[in-house]
Parts: sequence; structure tokens; C-alpha cells
Amino acid sequence: MANMISRERLRRRLPALWYGTWLLRTVFVFVFIAAGAAVVAAPPPAPTGLTAKDHGWDKGTAVDLVWEYPGEAALDGGFFLISYAMDLEDDFRIAGQTLGYETVYTVNGLTPGVDYYFKVVAVNSALEESEAVVSEPVAGRLQWVDGSRIWFLITVMIFCGSVVYFIRHARKGRPLKVRKIAGLEAVDEAVGRATEMGRSVIFVPGIQDMNDIQTIAGINVLSRVAQIAAENSASLEVPTTRSLVMTTARETVQSAFLRAGRPEAYDENKINYITDEQFGYVAYLQGQMVREKPAACFYMGAFFAEALILAETGNSVGAIQVAGTAMPAQLPFFVASCDYTLIGEEFFAASAYLTGSPEELGSLKGQDVGKVLVAIGIVLGVVFATLASITGPEGLNLESYHFFQGFVDYLQGTVLH
Amino acid sequence: MKRNIPLLITAFSGLVLILAYFIPMTQSWGEVAAIWFDILASIAFILGGGNLIKLHARKMALRQAGWAYSAITLLAFALTLFIGLSKIGVSPNLQFPDMAWSGHYRESGAPFWWIYEYAFKPLTATTFSMLAFYIASAAFRAFRAKNLEAILLLGTAFIILLGRTFAGIILTSWLPDSLAGLRIENLTVEIMRVVNTAGSRAIMIGIALGVASTSLKVLLGVDRSYLGSGEE
Repeated sequence: MANMISRERLRRRLPALWYGTWLLRTVFVFVFIAAGAAVVAAPPPAPTGLTAKDHGWDKGTAVDLVWEYPGEAALDGGFFLISYAMDLEDDFRIAGQTLGYETVYTVNGLTPGVDYYFKVVAVNSALEESEAVVSEPVAGRLQWVDGSRIWFLITVMIFCGSVVYFIRHARKGRPLKVRKIAGLEAVDEAVGRATEMGRSVIFVPGIQDMNDIQTIAGINVLSRVAQIAAENSASLEVPTTRSLVMTTARETVQSAFLRAGRPEAYDENKINYITDEQFGYVAYLQGQMVREKPAACFYMGAFFAEALILAETGNSVGAIQVAGTAMPAQLPFFVASCDYTLIGEEFFAASAYLTGSPEELGSLKGQDVGKVLVAIGIVLGVVFATLASITGPEGLNLESYHFFQGFVDYLQGTVLH
Repeated sequence: MKRNIPLLITAFSGLVLILAYFIPMTQSWGEVAAIWFDILASIAFILGGGNLIKLHARKMALRQAGWAYSAITLLAFALTLFIGLSKIGVSPNLQFPDMAWSGHYRESGAPFWWIYEYAFKPLTATTFSMLAFYIASAAFRAFRAKNLEAILLLGTAFIILLGRTFAGIILTSWLPDSLAGLRIENLTVEIMRVVNTAGSRAIMIGIALGVASTSLKVLLGVDRSYLGSGEE
């Protein structure tokens, strides 16, 4: 009781001290919270002056955005979030984001001719968002020329021009030298062997349809193989995986037999559609090879996993095998299992080589111009990339580094794009 | 005429596809050309089906070697075609419950699905898996050290194959960090990244030029082997 009295007395005597301390503490806490909020939790200022305009020289699927940002320091470690919508009432779809110091962005994947609203929001490192700035509606317009493909167009024009030039050159009767291709020299030998052994020749034109350039190249080789087979009275069989390829192969073989002066020997029943199914086709061919033991097998066209199965089966029955394909992944298998392999460009050169037609040989010469262009590009790229690595970015001459690296970037990003 | 019309169609279609690639305004033309090809290929299915029946029926009639396989092929073809077309065992689509054939022919649990899952897929997988044996036999032949090139190939293949196994990694794990580049897994990566990439890019460049040149020859009508004789 005595203690209670004494505390009450003390409280009466020192009211100012008691309440003053409490007030001071409360004010201090409020000030601290307010200051902290001001420093840490203040949303960043909003971007301003957002302009959107159609990205030129494209398919109309891109729009360029540019904006200004007054509070760059406040956005240190933050970023801008870009989104778009067809209507202001719609939910905006996120297109991407840029780093805090980048105030331009290209939105891709839009539908040409459709108006879009674009929104940019600044987001600070605490992931607090500013108020959004929204653009006027802008539509991407379909252009006449795709600017990103200009360099490719120029390269194609130079290349095609050189092919056409050399074809005309060859038509004038000027001699063109073509190196020997062992695989194509072996075509006569393989068909001749089949005739001597009294066995058949199997020609496989790949497993793709007529819209694949490799199938067309394969059919061109078939034309020559069929002619040699007709001249040697050898039996030629062409199993196909596509009915359009079958029709084309029949026309080609019939034409070759006619050229050889033996149209009566042509038998369309030896050129058949088997199945579109890759491994069903393999099963049929394996069975045929094992039963009939052909003396020669030609694989000319686009091949996938069946390449090795077919080539190994042909090898196991002792056939002379010549393969040609432009599928890089299958080339090692053909090299391992076949007697001769036409690698990439050799396969495409086969038609010209086998026919010996000056016009076609001229096109091969045109390809050499393409190789020179590629070689120039490689040499320039290597030289400039080496110089860039020597000069910077920590090197002595920063200006030279920017020049060399700029060239390399332009070559990679624009010319080779 | 039999040659000129296809040549004109080829040249026109090729030109349209080239224009569609470089000129965005004409992009839809290229898409139309591609649809035309799909239509042609679809019609050709009938041609293919007819030829399939003819080929195997002929083999059976002449009792040629392996004619029994032809019989199985024809039976499987007829059965699958019938079950697929008549949608046997397929439930009607929920949107059209009164229409018996409104369900999808590949509906899970239906006979067509069963044929695909339990006959077609295992057969395909079996044929595909034979590759493992063929790779072994081809590798055995390819890696015989007959000359200098073959020895280099063998050595490279040895490093690559070993580098892709745990045994290879353990084999050279004792090498200090200063010689980490000589560890077999790192050698494998470097061979693939530098040597292999350089070689394959050279082949790819050659292929690209060959494709462009052949396409141009076809478009210009210089190469007409694929068009046949032109005899009426």
C-alpha cells in the first residue's frame, strides 16, 4: 500500500517528464517510419512522352516504342515493363522489359493492320511500379520490302547472277573444267556389275516428297542411272515413300529408257509406292535386299535414321553402294557403310556431272562464285574479330576496338541475319 | 506441251515463293502455293493406296518370294482403313451427342488407337532400335586403323566416345586444375566445338550453295530430268 502511494506521488510530481518521454518516443517512431517510407517505398516517377510508331521495312508485325524518363537515378537496378492491348479496357499483355537506362523497345509478334495501345511502367529495385504511360493506338503496316533480308537478297542476286552468267558462258561452247567425283565415276561400274551378276539395282530416292530439293536432285541422278541400266539391260527397282515421287520416278525412268533406245524394256511395276511411314519403308527394303541380294544400291535424297539401317543391310548382302545426301547428320553413316558417298554439294553437282551438259556444268562454276563470297566473308570476319580482341575492350585503343567490334556485330547481326 | 506446262508451273510457283520470302506484301501468295502442294499430295494418297494394293496383290498372285508378308500387309491395310474410316468404338463428340461419327478417330481406348499404340508403335520402335546394332557394326568397320586418316578418325572417336561416359570422366579426373583442358570430357567438348563445327559448317555452306544452284536450274528449266520424256 505504501509503495502504491509513493508511486502515485511520484507520478503527480513528475507528470511532464512521464508524458514528455512517451510523446517523444511516439513522434520519433512516426518520423522514422515516414522517412523510411520516403526513402525505400516511394514509387518511381512515371515515364513520359511515350511515342509508338510502325517499325519500317518489315511484315507489319512490329512497333517501335520510345519514351523519356526523368528519374533515372530512382530506377537504379530497376526496369521498364512494356505491355500492349487492342483496347484500353482489355488486360494488357506483357511484351517484355528493358533495363532501367534503355528507353526504346520494339514490340514484335503483332497482327498487321490492327491498332494496339502500348503501356510502359517503370519498376524500381523494390518492384514498386510507377504510374503507367499509355501511347496512342498504332498499327503495324505490311511493307513491300523486308529490310532485314536486304543483304540476303543482294547475296542471292550476286549468286544467281553468276550462275546465269556461267550457264550462258557454257552455252557459247567455252570449255569448263570440273574435277572428278569418284562416287559418280562409280555409277557405271556399279550398274555394269549388276548386269554381270544378273542381279538387280535398287535406287532409293530418300524419304521426302517432291517439294524437297534433295528429292529432285536424287531424281536427276536416277535419270542417268536408269539410262545406264537400260543400256546394260540391268533390272532397276525404285521403291518410294511418296506417291508423287513414284509418279515422277516413273516418268524419269521411262524417259531414260527411251533415250537409251530400249523403251520396251521399261516396266512401271518396278517403281512402286511402299508407304509414307519411315520404318515401314525400311522393313520393306530390308526384306527386299535380303531376299533379292541386289548388286548395286543407290541412296540419293533426304535421309534420316533409316540411312544407316539401309546402308548396313546393303553392305551385308555385298552390294556396291553409292550414297548422296545433304543431311549432315547422316553423312558419317553413309561414309562408314557405303563404297562411295557424295557429300553435300557433290550430290547437287551429280546431275551436271553425269549428264555433262554444258548448261548444267556452267551452274557449277557459278557455285564457285558463291564460295568466293563466303570465303571473303569468313576472312573479313576472322580478321576484324581478331583485331577487336587485340585492341579492346581493355586494350589501348578503344576507338579502334569500337570500329572493329562494330563491323563484326554488323556482319553477324545484319548481313548474316 | 507435256513438258512446257509443268515447267511454267514450276517457274511460276518458284518465283511466287521467292517473292513471298523477300516481299512481305506477297507473303500470303506463298502460303497459297504451299496449300496447293498439300492438295496435290493429298490426292496422290489415293494413287499411292491403289499402287500399294496392286504391288502386293501382284506379289501374292505370282507367289513371289515373301508373298506372305504382302498378304499380312494387305490385311493390315484393309483392317486399319476400315476401323479408321468407320470410327469403330469411337464415342460421339460431347457437342454432338446424337451424331455417332462425330468423335475423333484417334480417341483414346478406341480400336484405332489400340492398333496405333500396341501394334504400330512397338513395330516402329523395334525397327528403330536395330540402329544400335548397326551403329556397332558400322563403327567396327569405320574405325579400323588402315591408314593415317583412319588412325586419326579412330583416335578422335575414342576420345569422343570415352568423353561421353562416366568412365572417361573418372579416368582423367586426377589431372590438376592447371591441366583441366586435357581432361577427357573437356577434350570432347573442344573437339566438338572447334574441329567438328568447322568441318560441318564447311559442308553446310557447300550444301546451301548446291541447294540454291539446283533450285535455280529447276526454276530456269535448265535441269529437266525430273520432268520425264515429254512424249505425248
